Amino acid sequence: MSVELDVFVGNTTIMDEEVYQLWLDGYTVNDAVKVRMEGGVMDECEASKDVLLSDTMDQYRTFQMCERLLHSPAKLANQLLFQIPPHRQIMLIERYYAFDDTFVREVLGKKLSKGTKKDLDDISAKTGVTLKSCRRQFDNFKRVFKVVEELKGPLVENIRQHFLLSDKLARDYAAIVFFANNRFETGKRKLQYLSFQDFAFCAGQLISNWTVGAVGEYNMVEDMDVDLDKEFLQELKELKILITDKDLLDQHKSLVCTALRGKTKVFPEMETSFKNLSRGLINIAAKLTNTKDVRDFFIDLVEKFIEPCRSDRWTAADMKLYLTHYTNSAHILDTFKHQVVWDRYMGVVKSCIFKMYHD
Amino acid sequence: MPGKLKAKIVAGRHLPVMDRASDLTDAFVEVKFGNTTFKTDVCPKSLNPQWNSEWFKFEVDDEDLQDEPLQITVLDHDTYSANDAIGKVYIDIDPLLYSEAASVISGWFPIYDTIHGIRGEINVIVKVELFNDLNRFRQSSCGVKFFCTTCIPQCYRATLVHGFVEELVVNEDPEYQWIDRIRTPRASNEARQRLISLMSGELQRKIGLKVLEMGGNAVVGYLQCFDLEGESGLVVRAIGTACTLDKLSSGSAPNTNTHMSPLAHGCRSTHNSPVHSVCSSQRLSQNFSVSVPTLIFTGMGSGGSAGKEAGPLRTLLRQQTQTALEQREFPFFTLTSFPPGFLLHVGGVVSARSVKLLDRIHNPDEPETRDAWWEEIRQEIKSHARALGCHAVVGYSESTSICEEVCILSASGTAAILNPRYMREGCLDIGCTDHRLVSFFLFCGFCHIPYDELNMPFPAQLTYCYHCRRQKVPDVLFTTIDLPSEAAVAGKGCLIQARLCRLKKKAQGETNATAISNLLPFMEYELHTQLMNKLKLRSMNALFGLHIQISVGENMLLGLASATGVYLTALPAPGGIQIAGKTPGDLSNEHISSIQKRINDTIAVNKELYQINPPELAEEGVGSPIPEPRHRSRLFRSHSESSDELSELDLSHGKKDAFVLEIDDTDAVEDIHSLLIDAPPPTGFYSCNTENMPGISNWTSGVQMFTSVRVLRLSNANLTNQGLNKIFTDLCENLLKVRNHHGAGFTLVTVTAVAMTYDKEQTQEKTAEKPVNKGQSLWSLEAEEQLQFPLELCADSSSSNIQTASKISGIFNSASVDYGSFADRCSTWLELLRLKAHTIRRGSVKTSRRTQSLRSHIRAHTPPCMPSVTVVKMTPLSFLPGIRIIKYLGIINMFFIRETTSLREEGGVSGFLHSFIAEVFAMVRAHVAALGGNAVVSYSMKECVFMENPNKNQAQCLINVSGDAVICISETDQESSASTANTGQTGGGGTDGAT
Repeated sequence: MSVELDVFVGNTTIMDEEVYQLWLDGYTVNDAVKVRMEGGVMDECEASKDVLLSDTMDQYRTFQMCERLLHSPAKLANQLLFQIPPHRQIMLIERYYAFDDTFVREVLGKKLSKGTKKDLDDISAKTGVTLKSCRRQFDNFKRVFKVVEELKGPLVENIRQHFLLSDKLARDYAAIVFFANNRFETGKRKLQYLSFQDFAFCAGQLISNWTVGAVGEYNMVEDMDVDLDKEFLQELKELKILITDKDLLDQHKSLVCTALRGKTKVFPEMETSFKNLSRGLINIAAKLTNTKDVRDFFIDLVEKFIEPCRSDRWTAADMKLYLTHYTNSAHILDTFKHQVVWDRYMGVVKSCIFKMYHD
Repeated sequence: MPGKLKAKIVAGRHLPVMDRASDLTDAFVEVKFGNTTFKTDVCPKSLNPQWNSEWFKFEVDDEDLQDEPLQITVLDHDTYSANDAIGKVYIDIDPLLYSEAASVISGWFPIYDTIHGIRGEINVIVKVELFNDLNRFRQSSCGVKFFCTTCIPQCYRATLVHGFVEELVVNEDPEYQWIDRIRTPRASNEARQRLISLMSGELQRKIGLKVLEMGGNAVVGYLQCFDLEGESGLVVRAIGTACTLDKLSSGSAPNTNTHMSPLAHGCRSTHNSPVHSVCSSQRLSQNFSVSVPTLIFTGMGSGGSAGKEAGPLRTLLRQQTQTALEQREFPFFTLTSFPPGFLLHVGGVVSARSVKLLDRIHNPDEPETRDAWWEEIRQEIKSHARALGCHAVVGYSESTSICEEVCILSASGTAAILNPRYMREGCLDIGCTDHRLVSFFLFCGFCHIPYDELNMPFPAQLTYCYHCRRQKVPDVLFTTIDLPSEAAVAGKGCLIQARLCRLKKKAQGETNATAISNLLPFMEYELHTQLMNKLKLRSMNALFGLHIQISVGENMLLGLASATGVYLTALPAPGGIQIAGKTPGDLSNEHISSIQKRINDTIAVNKELYQINPPELAEEGVGSPIPEPRHRSRLFRSHSESSDELSELDLSHGKKDAFVLEIDDTDAVEDIHSLLIDAPPPTGFYSCNTENMPGISNWTSGVQMFTSVRVLRLSNANLTNQGLNKIFTDLCENLLKVRNHHGAGFTLVTVTAVAMTYDKEQTQEKTAEKPVNKGQSLWSLEAEEQLQFPLELCADSSSSNIQTASKISGIFNSASVDYGSFADRCSTWLELLRLKAHTIRRGSVKTSRRTQSLRSHIRAHTPPCMPSVTVVKMTPLSFLPGIRIIKYLGIINMFFIRETTSLREEGGVSGFLHSFIAEVFAMVRAHVAALGGNAVVSYSMKECVFMENPNKNQAQCLINVSGDAVICISETDQESSASTANTGQTGGGGTDGAT
């Protein structure tokens, strides 16, 4: 006697957070049942395996039916098919849009295209995240990207309103969209040590300081938080004077050194590498008008600044000290007229480097 | 005489994309009532159109208002080809026709298509202006209220109970009309939905007329059923109880909690009674009926007395009362619970079945044949009741089971004697407590035998009532009603089921009918024996809510009896069960003694489990003897027994009647074993099929209603009762899902029974950090299950047969092209012979929790954002625990068909049905919300017919649901306004959403 049909439907939609997570993680029904059994549901409830299986199937079906709605979360609140209490709706959405840091790290900065989607099985094998889960996460990125692409106004706010996500998650998505749009290189070996959260932080800095929207006057422009402010990038070229003008460079160095002397163990190294480091940072700034160089922004920061410092065994505190004085000293330089641009540039670079410099 | 119906189409949302090119839709709406149709403008290129139409006005007769639904069709405009239908909404406007109910229907309705399911939503406003109609020859019955609830609805007072009303209408099934061969499946489904909607409207109107004739204003316990008789037509029939109801003014809070009064403490009463049943079989063409007395029913000579009118039987009846009742053709009541004092005595279950051969309904306007069938059965029930010395039948219901051309009609109820005062003066809910007689016998009166002791209709052991010691009670009592709220019970109740299946030869026509009717008595007998055994095994002595279903299939019959067992303290304690071998000194002697031991152990365990500790009988039992009550009581009893009433008190309870089971071979051993010893329910998990869980009363307001459907294929190999048993056990076990749902994620949950200590709850509260679902973690779980298993069997045996059958139909299809869609859709499914048990279960789970704790927490945690969609609760019960119903908005009675030609893509049969049930829930909720309601009580899924043809990737399903739409408020909210503080029963208003 075989069960041909077996459904169990509640007026208030029946769902269990644990099973939902298993579904999201791409477990098959049978694997999910195994996990649940190991988790001890059985002892707690004296349920038999069959019941657990059938329950898991019911819930998987429910989730599959809900999935269409989750693609446009705003619908979930006013659809009539499923009666889901509001706090559960929030949970459903938040979990559906949650992602694995290891996975997102792999696709960060890549084009969200069919091509990348084809590589998902490799990523799945590499990260240990199931292919099904990878696809869901990837499709989420793509969906968010597509929706906000056509919207005016602030990125994070748009994501939050359209997908009803928490502030934290909305910011993470903003970072992903931002990276995908500007195609920042994150996959190089030298960048492997950086986590998604490091990049997300940097993205946040860039979005709030270097984009069109950051200026504030254009409030409702398309892509205002996604595209970098072209005018600003042009102006960055002016900073070159700090390294091309020999006097200015020497003056800057002596100011910084005076301030640092005796405050750190690695002072001699700082002194010797000052010119190199300064050239590195200013060159990065000057090249940002090229899209190609924008993509390499992070790798350049690592190669031109972080790696030299690390080989000189600077501590994070040294780094902070150095960058603070390096930035502030430029203000005292009489002949240096580009204070505003300088601050806008260094503010972001400084905090990015702080984040990216792991001891 | 007329009324004016006005409808306005406001907007749509989430429409499907109908134009692939633009990914948009050009939607417009057709509004149809009767033969009049209006259209809105086309709202171009939008999935969320705003029509904001004018008011469409229909001037119609109120007769039509009652019969017809308002039909709203959403279409996609297409310039070059025909407009594509997106879907429809049928709105039953009946709730607008009586004054106190809803005044407007307004809200979002799911747009439903029988092929695609729900496709977006539409916002509609509907109003009705009725003009007074004083024409006494009118055909309409506007104003009569209908309730599915089988008790007097909360917030009403019954001034008079008029009695039984019934009606049936017949028609041809559109699915079987010739035109079905040329129309699309969608058109056919819609024709069917519309027809059934019309027929139920008509039926309700006709019943309403009868009620008005009787002088009533409402129908309570309204039960409407469909018989899909296939070729021979479609029957819609309904029964109910006509009443005159008065609305209680909202200020005077009625004692709403009759349902919830704590029953657990009581400790007196005794009783028992047998099933009294007869099966008769009859060929349609012959006009005699053969009553086959079953073995249980030994007292009465032959049941053939049906049809004779009251005259000769009158002597059997008590003369002094009930003239009112006797004048009625059928003194039946579909109610299952009554105000205290209404029921004087309960005799036992009466049931009647009859096997009929279906014939094409030749003239839909003359449904006489079907009427005659039911009339016959009702007569039989009536005569059974009389044989039990009762003048009324309560908890009455009717059902059918159809397989091809054979139809089993069944009716059952509980024979009872009602308090005549209620019939005459009709004050149903007052003055019973001040009546000394009633109050004296309140706790046990209904258990006392109504029949003549010397002239018992069946063998029963009578003893004096363990509560009042004055009157005789039987040793076991079976009833179809709910446990009266005043009854004293010991311990908790539990669900008891008997299951049975019998093979029969495949046959046609008359032979088939005869075979079935020959089997029926044996099945009834066996079901009864099983019930009795299981009852004793649980150490209980009464069954409530007994519901027996017999389903017929091609080559088997399936019987299922479910009831709630309780220990009534007025009845004697049940004896044990004795196992006996066929011959003393049998080989299996050792075996037998071991079984005996196990049975005894089980009884002991069950006693503990259900906390049955009947108080030892002490002398206090009689209290102060009041002379008048005894005197008065004689009035109701025949004189033969009144003489020696107080003589011998039999105190030797418990020892006398051990139930003996005989074992003659090893198979029987197995049988007894598996049948008797059901898997014990998991701890802390209770189920019953009555409105109240005997012995447990502190429910929380967290109610979750669910529907579960299972289809299993039985093969000959495991056609044993054990196999069947397992299926149902599994089904019940499924309930555990509910617990998983509650329990998972909170490892601390200890699933003990009712009582959890206050401290424990506190700690759990802290550990469960998330605000979500709080409350759940601390509820100990209990489920009350409203069980009804409509069983359906389309039978055939081996799988090889199925193969051939499907092949045949396949060939048939390809060969006869002109049969077209008809052959495609119907014949294959119906002819696909298969053995299938199809069970439907619905129920409601309540979680109970210690009451005083944590109300504030719950308040604090209610979700801050109000949902944009009204939360509508549903329950098969007639009430919601902890919540007060303040207004009944009308009956919900909906019929849906869903069909698919892409079964695999929709997730197979389970996926298909899962989404269909979810859709049905959604549509019910939307209608209730549009009426302004927030809950459905007495919800039931009357019909669920499922057909599939996997080879063609097709499936079709029909569902009929009904219930009462209500507005209810949480009693905690109410406390501030009214001072009806109902201690202990408070449920946090916000928690229900969490379940």
